[in-house]
Amino acid sequence: MKTIEGLFYSKDHEWVRVEGSKAYVGITDYAQHALGDIVYVELPEAGASMKQDETFGSVESVKAASDMILPVSGTITEVNDAVTEDPALVNQDAFENWMLIVEMSDPTELEHLMNAVAYKEFCGEEA
Amino acid sequence: MKNYEKLIFEVSKAGRTACSLPACDVPEPDASSMIPEAMRQSGEVELPEVSEVDVVRHYTLLSNKNYGVDTGFYPLGSCTMKYNPKINEDMAALPGFTGMHPYQPAGTAQGSLQLMYELGEMLSEIGGMAQFSLQPAAGAHGELAGLMIMKAYHASRGEQKRNKIIVPDSAHGTNPASAAVAGFEIIEIKSDEKGAVDIESLKAVLSDETAGLMLTNPSTLGLFEKNIKEIADLVHEAGGLLYYDGANMNAIMGMARPGDMGFDVVHFNLHKTFSTPHGGGGPGSGPVGVARQLVEFLPVPVIEKAGDQYVLNYDKPKSIGKVKSFYGNFGVMVKAYAYILTMGAEGLTKASKMAVLNANYIKEKLKQHYYLPIDEVCKHEFVLGGLGEDLHEVSTLDVAKRLLDYGYHPPTIYFPLIVHSAIMIEPTETESLETLDRFIDVMIKIAQEARENPELLKSAPHHTPVRRLDEVKAARTPVLKWEQ
Repeated sequence: MKTIEGLFYSKDHEWVRVEGSKAYVGITDYAQHALGDIVYVELPEAGASMKQDETFGSVESVKAASDMILPVSGTITEVNDAVTEDPALVNQDAFENWMLIVEMSDPTELEHLMNAVAYKEFCGEEA
Repeated sequence: MKNYEKLIFEVSKAGRTACSLPACDVPEPDASSMIPEAMRQSGEVELPEVSEVDVVRHYTLLSNKNYGVDTGFYPLGSCTMKYNPKINEDMAALPGFTGMHPYQPAGTAQGSLQLMYELGEMLSEIGGMAQFSLQPAAGAHGELAGLMIMKAYHASRGEQKRNKIIVPDSAHGTNPASAAVAGFEIIEIKSDEKGAVDIESLKAVLSDETAGLMLTNPSTLGLFEKNIKEIADLVHEAGGLLYYDGANMNAIMGMARPGDMGFDVVHFNLHKTFSTPHGGGGPGSGPVGVARQLVEFLPVPVIEKAGDQYVLNYDKPKSIGKVKSFYGNFGVMVKAYAYILTMGAEGLTKASKMAVLNANYIKEKLKQHYYLPIDEVCKHEFVLGGLGEDLHEVSTLDVAKRLLDYGYHPPTIYFPLIVHSAIMIEPTETESLETLDRFIDVMIKIAQEARENPELLKSAPHHTPVRRLDEVKAARTPVLKWEQ
């Protein structure tokens, strides 16, 4: 499995890349691999305000469907239409193809997430 | 003609017809006066033009490709693909039933109403419930009706805030789906290592917002929920109701009753437990039954006995209303009624015992060859975890595809979600020892092939009308209509 240094990771297998107060959110390489070929991605409308740990969308593969859980609270400023149109992008590169951008309302929430090393260890335990 | 694969459009020849209709003998109104321009078809409707014999041959050839319980063993876990006795069909085809019209006055439909009334009574006895409604047309429809009843019950007590339904992570997918459709919020709780409800997880989520818990017993792993009494007490103490998904009822008929376990609402699947056709073989039926305190919320009309007359009673102010046009799938009810009368109380009990015996027989024979995560006496079905760690390159899907080559419908795979690479086998009671042995031999042979020639499994099926389908392509770029 691939991880990237400098990102934050949730136990629900989402990653967060922080740029100022903006957070890019996607699912991890581990998650895309576990799901297999992704055939459907459902994302919310931009503009919605959501809290940490709320379900913001879902990903479906031929073998499973899984909710995506928001790792940080805030307002969704942008969703990535490219992945809803071509879900295979997430399998090709889960870190490049983000799901949405959140304008964070409470960046201290990031402290509850894992770094790459801790996440790798977490996945090792789960596997 | 095994390889016949034409579409009806490809058999079509311009101008050919199967029948000639006489000229219309009533005035023909002009369509344009009744249907707005924007909603009218422009140009010709391109329907296939075929002769009667072509139609008959086309569909007969297609039907020859079908696989059903009449053609072979169908161990599809959780679906109870038991044999559908032919006497059921004979009874449902009686002209007194087939010639009925749903708008007929009740006074002229006494036999049919009696049948529905008595079927409801029988299901109440089997389930330990106060009363049933036969209206829901499928299992998930029964769930929805049951959840609406639960909602109406809480609302009638001024407890609208009870909007949370608890489902275990081993539940059938329809449970959370139905709860969401009924407007509830879903809380998922973890199961313990044996697939049973984790009592501590349950306690942690119970609150004054709990509407109820949805459960199947035996569980999705085919194991009886031994703590059911404690679970029921906990949910009831919190003010919630207990919903019983009857998908696994075939394991316990005559042995245990959901009502006695403390369940307040249940649904049964007549197309599973009560031997009516399943899936493409016919419409379903998912009667919903309730405990005494919920009877007033059942759908209308309620079939009641007034003296020696059966009546349709709509005067139930607290009812959730109608959940199906007319009275439900009546023909299916006739078949289930015929089945219950054919079997009798003793026969139904024996059916459950045989279903449990058959499942345990296969489980014991296969556990040396496949990974069995929970090795204990099961009920009517059991779950394997694929071929096991040392054979991880051959997947559960490959095993299922290879079974097609041997002429079997594969078991349910990758469900329940809590078992990795699950293979869920439910033989049902109607299969003979010889049939079970043949299936076991094939399963063992496939496990050997996986070791000796994994490629054979990975490229299976080899002998079916079509080879392995590209599920990803089908999901990503489906072709949904025929084009020349």
